Amino acid sequence: MHRFANPAQFNRLADAVMPWAMVATVLLFGAGLYYALAGSPPDYQQGESVRVMYVHVPAAWMGMFVYVVMAVASFAALAWRHPLALLAGKAAAPIGATFTALALITGALWGKPMWGTYWVWDGRLTSVLVQFFLYLGYMALWKSMEDEEKAGNAASILALVGLVNIPIIKFSVDWWSTLHQPASVMRLDGPTIDGAMLVPLFLMAAAYQVYFTVVFIWRMKFEINNRKLSVMRSVDMGH
Amino acid sequence: MAGLKTRKQQRILVLSAAIATLFGAVLLVLFALGGDSLSLFLQPLDVKNKQVEAGQHFRLGGLVEAGSFSRDDDGLTYRFTVTDCAATLPVQFKGLLPDLFREGQGVVTEGALNADGVFVATTVLAKHDENYNPPGTLPKSADQCTHPDAVSRMGR
Repeated sequence: MHRFANPAQFNRLADAVMPWAMVATVLLFGAGLYYALAGSPPDYQQGESVRVMYVHVPAAWMGMFVYVVMAVASFAALAWRHPLALLAGKAAAPIGATFTALALITGALWGKPMWGTYWVWDGRLTSVLVQFFLYLGYMALWKSMEDEEKAGNAASILALVGLVNIPIIKFSVDWWSTLHQPASVMRLDGPTIDGAMLVPLFLMAAAYQVYFTVVFIWRMKFEINNRKLSVMRSVDMGH
Repeated sequence: MAGLKTRKQQRILVLSAAIATLFGAVLLVLFALGGDSLSLFLQPLDVKNKQVEAGQHFRLGGLVEAGSFSRDDDGLTYRFTVTDCAATLPVQFKGLLPDLFREGQGVVTEGALNADGVFVATTVLAKHDENYNPPGTLPKSADQCTHPDAVSRMGR
């Protein structure tokens, strides 16, 4: 772990991973979208509306996954005081916020024709909205202080506090009665989704994952260069 | 050098303890609040057990009982029975039903009981279950009430 805490090491690893991740993103999105939109059957209840699921479910998964990435980076930043960990959280946050927003929006668009409403304040929808606000709060804290390190520390503490929301999102549909359906994939007795529908779902989930890798590396490089630039500027002014 | 290491370890310890305490506190609060106050709806058995009074506004959820759906002569008022496989409650609703409304599928309705013990709904939302299947195939749990965790799969 400490091996990658060096910006030069990170850049070397990133440059090695990047071309593969970009090729995988294009291929997986191509295959995933084909199976999601054309190569899979409609649902016996929802008809063609089921196709929203292939965009919605991986977005919701990624919203939670990126939050955990951000929280782990925040923990490392606070514990080891390493600037690269701090930047990793900063780089991840807007990506996670976007995935969460995508899950909320596609969920609402599916909800109107299927449920009969865009929104309801049940345990699942509310806890995912809270996750979106946690991302916004984290990003706002970064901008709230002149001192980058202080701002980053405050944001990191918020990220760790908000980590408690992750199990709440996952188990909200088991602990409380909700309008949102219970888990269909990650359940003890196995998925309740037909195999023909699991193919596009898993392809899209993999596509989102490599897409995240690409954008995350881009944003990390941007943040590292930004940091270098501001150090150079302050050295300049010092002389 | 040794001192530095201890300080790092101390930070990790304090952070971990703070996170564990926070998790414990939040989860205790959630369980102290109980399932009812954070749940979206009551099920017919809850309504019976709590002896909810007529005119009191609440959400009722459950499965639309097979064979219970009918339409009044005015063509606008629907009647059906909501069941949680333990108790049933008659529902009456005047309005538009969502696409997924079906006998044997879940609903979440909002309204109040009238003097006759009929739930007069002002909105009816369809609750989708966890099954995704191509047309003509049977879902993993075809008859929801005979399934061992019929009630839990409706979100309890």
